[in-house]
Amino acid sequence: MTRLVSLGLFLALWQVGAWMVGPHYLPTPAAVGATLAAEARSGALLFNLAITLARVLAGFSLAMLLGAALGIALGRLPALDRLLDPWLVILLNTPALVVIILAYIWGGLNEVSALAAITLNKLPNAVVTLREGARALDPALDEMAQVFAFPRLRRWRHVVLPQLAPYFAAGARGGLALVWKIVLVVELLGRPNGVGFKMNEAFQLFDLRLLLAYALPFVALMIVFETFVLRPAERSASWWRRHGD
Amino acid sequence: MAIEITIDRKAYRRAGNGERLVFDRFSLDVKEGAIVALLGPSGCGKSSLLRIIAGLDKDFTGAVKGAPSSIGMAFQEPRLLPWRSVADNLRLAAPKLTDASLSDLLAAFELDGRGGDYPGQLSLGLARRAALARAFAVEPELMLLDEPFASLDRALHLRLRGLLARRIGAERITALIATHDLDDALFLADEIIFLDRAPARIRGRMPIAAPRGQRDEILTKLRASAEIYHVIDEPGNGNSEGAT
Repeated sequence: MTRLVSLGLFLALWQVGAWMVGPHYLPTPAAVGATLAAEARSGALLFNLAITLARVLAGFSLAMLLGAALGIALGRLPALDRLLDPWLVILLNTPALVVIILAYIWGGLNEVSALAAITLNKLPNAVVTLREGARALDPALDEMAQVFAFPRLRRWRHVVLPQLAPYFAAGARGGLALVWKIVLVVELLGRPNGVGFKMNEAFQLFDLRLLLAYALPFVALMIVFETFVLRPAERSASWWRRHGD
Repeated sequence: MAIEITIDRKAYRRAGNGERLVFDRFSLDVKEGAIVALLGPSGCGKSSLLRIIAGLDKDFTGAVKGAPSSIGMAFQEPRLLPWRSVADNLRLAAPKLTDASLSDLLAAFELDGRGGDYPGQLSLGLARRAALARAFAVEPELMLLDEPFASLDRALHLRLRGLLARRIGAERITALIATHDLDDALFLADEIIFLDRAPARIRGRMPIAAPRGQRDEILTKLRASAEIYHVIDEPGNGNSEGAT
């Protein structure tokens, strides 16, 4: 309920602001709505949203997968960690834009470079989170698994992964917000489609209606994904903690 | 096959610097099928010895010969997987466990109906029983029990000791039980090995021939015969020269 009121208040403020500064600086909600409807009718909105979403999901999954593998390895092998940690710090502190431009220059303006740029930007983040998780693995349970001669697969599935799940979920939740912002920049700089591309078009025409008509549904989509997929996943990652006490 | 343990040297690094010597030219052999209690004051190296036999600690000079690969162990803490039910904890350790023997085992440790519970829902006493049941579930050739009754209240302690005595007498296994409680050793073991303070030395070995069921009646006599070897935790009993 409070959320609805908050949303209504936001729309009202927007409307008042639009009246005050004029449509050139801030189009009214109705005007944006009309553009949105027109884009939706032509199919362009759905097409570009779908393309961007696909890039977000592909880059996100790839980064989580590689990041988890590398993070776990670093958390378990201190020697490897000492070797690669400086690289990780460098990558963490390289601006997203630099990674994207380098990827496009080295790999050409294609989908592979785009995906590589997205993945590389999220990767260090996932590595750091999962490394933390791997370091926090309980040695007592590890010894138990060793004494009872758990085979490798059983050990991973029943001993290690349940301990890593909360870290994985936390990394995923923090990661999605990062990835979708990066995807827009990647599209803006070197892709002929997607929400980021449309925003570039809007920028060159100074068309704020078009910009907002793409921004709003995309933000809404991400909020839905976060609320209905990632947050429940994070909760279920440590379901067993709620037993007893 | 008997288990022959030779530890030439085992030391732990102290937090600051220096080290604490736990074993110095120590050796012990355990006959197959023997139920042996390792009795000694806290910190004398009982847990270290069990961990070395279990293959968990390889950082020592010496060798363990003849230790079977099928080991059931109960640690000082229950060490159950908190995200798996009690029954699944047993099944994961012992995949060949049939449903019938699972419920037998749960019943033997008075865990009937608790198989579906998660370790977080169990009291410490119940969790310890689940951990013991797990050790028996694998039907091991060698059973290692490390202070199986630590931090339980007196009543629970006695009850669980009774359960364990009945169970361990019924199986044909070799077992090593680390404890600092003389009565635990007298009730459970076929032979007690008395250990000195670290660096551990064997002060003596005392076989107990009486069947476990009858030891209650002769307890005073057993205690008296153990007297000559027993090193008690309290200071000032004349045995503290080696301690620090």
